[in-house]
Amino acid sequence: MPKEPMPVTDKPFLDIRNLRIEVTVYPPDDAPRDIVIVDDVSLALEKGKVLGLIGESGAGKSTIGLSPMAYGRGGVRITGGEVWLNGRDILKDNARKKRKLRGREVCYVAQSAAAAFNPAHRLMDQVVEATLKHGVSSRREAEKRAVELFRKLSLPDPENIGKRYPHQVSGGQLQRVMTAMALCSQPDLIIFDEPTTALDVTTQIDVLAAIKEAIRDTGVAALYITHDLAVVAQVSDEIMVLRHGKTVEWGKTRQIVDDPQETYTQQLVAARHVEHGEQSPDGTPLLSVKNVTAAYGGGSVNVLKNVSVDIQPGQTLAVVGESGSGKSTLARAITGLLPPKEGSINFDGRELSSRLAQRSKEDLRELQMIYQMADVAMNPRQTVATIIGRPLEFYFDMRGKERDRRVAELLDKIEMGSGFIDRYPAELSGGQKQRVCIARALAAKPKLIICDEVTSALDPLVANGILKLLLELQKEEGVSYLFITHDIATVRAIADSIAVMYRGEVVRYGPKSQVLSPPYDNYTQLLLSSVPEMEIGWLEKAIAGRKMAAAGN
Amino acid sequence: MGAHPILTLIAQRIALGVLLLLAVSVLIFVGTEILPGDVAASILGQAATPQALENLRAQLGLNDPAYIRYFRWLGGVLTGDLGTALSNRMDIATSIWPRLKNTMFLAFWAAAVSVPLAILLGLIAVRYRNGFVDKTISGLSLSATSLPEFFIGYVLMYFFAVRLGWFPSVSTVYDTMPFLDRMRAIALPATALTLVVLAHMMRMTRAAILNVMQSAYIETAELKGLTLFEIIRKHAFPNAIAPIVNVVMLNLAYLVVGVVVIEVIFVYPGMGQYLVDHVTRRDVPVVQAVGLIFAAVYIGLNLVADIVAILANPRLRHRR
Repeated sequence: MPKEPMPVTDKPFLDIRNLRIEVTVYPPDDAPRDIVIVDDVSLALEKGKVLGLIGESGAGKSTIGLSPMAYGRGGVRITGGEVWLNGRDILKDNARKKRKLRGREVCYVAQSAAAAFNPAHRLMDQVVEATLKHGVSSRREAEKRAVELFRKLSLPDPENIGKRYPHQVSGGQLQRVMTAMALCSQPDLIIFDEPTTALDVTTQIDVLAAIKEAIRDTGVAALYITHDLAVVAQVSDEIMVLRHGKTVEWGKTRQIVDDPQETYTQQLVAARHVEHGEQSPDGTPLLSVKNVTAAYGGGSVNVLKNVSVDIQPGQTLAVVGESGSGKSTLARAITGLLPPKEGSINFDGRELSSRLAQRSKEDLRELQMIYQMADVAMNPRQTVATIIGRPLEFYFDMRGKERDRRVAELLDKIEMGSGFIDRYPAELSGGQKQRVCIARALAAKPKLIICDEVTSALDPLVANGILKLLLELQKEEGVSYLFITHDIATVRAIADSIAVMYRGEVVRYGPKSQVLSPPYDNYTQLLLSSVPEMEIGWLEKAIAGRKMAAAGN
Repeated sequence: MGAHPILTLIAQRIALGVLLLLAVSVLIFVGTEILPGDVAASILGQAATPQALENLRAQLGLNDPAYIRYFRWLGGVLTGDLGTALSNRMDIATSIWPRLKNTMFLAFWAAAVSVPLAILLGLIAVRYRNGFVDKTISGLSLSATSLPEFFIGYVLMYFFAVRLGWFPSVSTVYDTMPFLDRMRAIALPATALTLVVLAHMMRMTRAAILNVMQSAYIETAELKGLTLFEIIRKHAFPNAIAPIVNVVMLNLAYLVVGVVVIEVIFVYPGMGQYLVDHVTRRDVPVVQAVGLIFAAVYIGLNLVADIVAILANPRLRHRR
């Protein structure tokens, strides 16, 4: 790209050139040093267009996304390149000019609207704040515009929702209010930073459609940041694939989805490829949950209602549903953390006592758990050897050399090798941490492992690796899994049987092939049709399908 | 549905406060019971005859069981009768009242200066966090707190009363004193108290706001183009009110209860002086009465802090 200024008319209104961003890291036992997190990235955007930035965590998506606001999160510094916006290099602006641009020319929609709204103020005051701050319009006009935007984003009761406080509004609605907040000051560019990632699939589709419509109707340009290619394919005109802070590929959405050039993009586009033949649920089940009803704190609101499921030895039961459906509560009931009010849990031919304290050490050993957040499930001050060695000492009384040999064996099983023995959790990547947690669970030689959203916090390619590992380990060790997830793709990949949960009830249950083939009940239909597909125009089709269903078809 | 949940919560807090005060009154009564010595003996002196002692005991009701005496005392307190001082046979309530007013007067002006000053300094410290201004504010206020209050009192007295002669060194006040003279009289003790409590409130304000500054909604405000001071005032401060009010109330309580040393140094006719005078004379009813008032102040102010914290929380104020 030529360095000399071009005539203003030819220039795209956002033009990022050779952007370089650095951050100083402070390793515990080393001198502080600078690392480059975005390296030589250039992009351009015309008015009214949407560019999708996609990549795994650490790819520099958000960091690049915030550069048109001349903002660096957490001590990040823009150390090279230019960011041209509306005909000037904003990196050369002073602090006052930068503040004039933020919230006026460029607005930001954060991943978690629930955290991004101030709990102490009413929504309306926050929505119009930037508009008033920059003197775009009077309060009356701004509020009128906000109500229009609420209506456009199909929020319920648009006239009055602004009077509410953030905690009085659901997560999906908050995300839409935040979009309205970004649009209210009539900016030229909005940065959407994973706006639907924290939402349930069934909510995500509505928010996605609302955002897409709002972008179209207001003619605002957008940078849409996400790790989900299927999502970004629905809203973007162009897509830029990023990895390790560098551009991998940049092209029209259709080209990226249908004809990816780079190997990494091809990997991202390829559907999850995990082979697993379904096993039929014959014989005596290993775990049998019968008519379990449970409530928290002895309350009257039942979080689990009459739930019955079975798991066969060496097989996987996937429990799927959106947040609040009771998936994790079922796991808590099985592990004894939440004694059920009614019902029984049979395990390996014996009835488990409902309370954790009354269970034998064998009960505890044979039933292990792996969690979503691997980093908080490990003691940060213990090495990998101590973490994996602990169940060996506790259940099998293994010490010294014998224990170390077994730890090395387990590390081998999770494809990590003994080089990791002396590492601390902070020195591992997200996928490696989850592998260590798997090894810790395996160390107890369990018959059943409960996996609670174990791949949800991981990037797609890393998650794929974990799923493959779990399936291999199942073949070798004959262990059963209770796999809790909200992700249908994961379920398709690894389940033998599926239980679909909705508001504490199992609404559909059976072998995978049966559950995932029509005729569906209403909820399963909704759930399956909400999962974004890597297909341009999927969103419109899905929304149209829903409207037909709502019309009574 | 019933009453608004916030009313229930506040009613609970108040009930709890009353209960706590009752428990404290029992403790105070038991405590003074355990103390060695006999009230009748201390009234009549060493030379009293056993018969005279016995008569006085019967007259004072000292021979009744402890719980009866407790309830008699409590009943008196509830009807405004705090008993009679042993040392001078004066009614305690009437002699405490002007003293309490004096203490409250001093505490009020010390608070009126120190609370806004502490919060303002806390806000400024956050605005210039880790810079020169922040470190200067922290350094000065922390060193003021680290010095013992009697030392601060004497230093102030030396410079402003003895050397410069701006203020009197003895803070005598009386009922008919004109307001301005009264203010001049309490200037030095109020300054000393301000210096003592300032740092605690300032540091807590700073910490509470810095804690809130980590929140995602602060970034949202920053990305709206607000200035740092606007962000602190509009977005951080409202969410830091609860911890700030808590520490402010603790310090207000200290201003009322903990002024003993300052009052003695400046010979200020307040509760602290009164307490010290009567402790030395083993005047148990006075000690009981003053102890109970101090406890009531503590519990009352903490109650206010709790209620403010409840009211400041929009989740409790507006239900879903």
